[in-house]
Amino acid sequence: MTSELPPGRGHHDMGGLLAGRVEPVEHDYAEWERRVDALRLLLSGIKGGRTLMTVDELRKNIEALPPDAYERMSYYERWVTSITQTMIQRGVITTDELGRKMEQIEKRGRR
Amino acid sequence: MSARFKPGDRVRVRKAYPLGHIRTPFYIRGHGGVVERLCGAFGNPEELAQMRSGEPKQPLYRVRFLQTDVWPAYRGNPGDVLEIEIFQHWLE
Repeated sequence: MTSELPPGRGHHDMGGLLAGRVEPVEHDYAEWERRVDALRLLLSGIKGGRTLMTVDELRKNIEALPPDAYERMSYYERWVTSITQTMIQRGVITTDELGRKMEQIEKRGRR
Repeated sequence: MSARFKPGDRVRVRKAYPLGHIRTPFYIRGHGGVVERLCGAFGNPEELAQMRSGEPKQPLYRVRFLQTDVWPAYRGNPGDVLEIEIFQHWLE
């Protein structure tokens, strides 16, 4: 549907578009989702540490997701992707470090 | 940054479509409304999103729009309103 949107309208900026009925559902948070939430809170510096990201960077990097990824990902999957992107942009971690760590964890999982 | 508008003032949302992280919803750009209240002044999210300070703080207003003005096919009560918090630099 993105191609039908006027230029300048981000995929996330969908207020007013037809979307069908909204069905509210209860949601139990998984342990990893609680961790992602805590990570974001700590990185914001409000618990006293250094500010390593703002909520606006979180939002910016969620909005930058390609439309199909935005639709496919769950709420906290978007968060963790955005947090990761922000940490790379800020130089807290490098892409190379991330890639190697992911490789290492994947191997651990296969054993 | 001092507050340019006060409650009751008629304002119009700027009809601009820049790139970047923008908190002003797409659908409200170009529409006219009335300032309901001044919410305070906050760091500019468009700058904060890009690793900058967001200073000077920008006044943020709650602006009231008539639903029938925003949605031409609106069939609810003609007095229904929509309130959106919008930063001063998006209002004129």
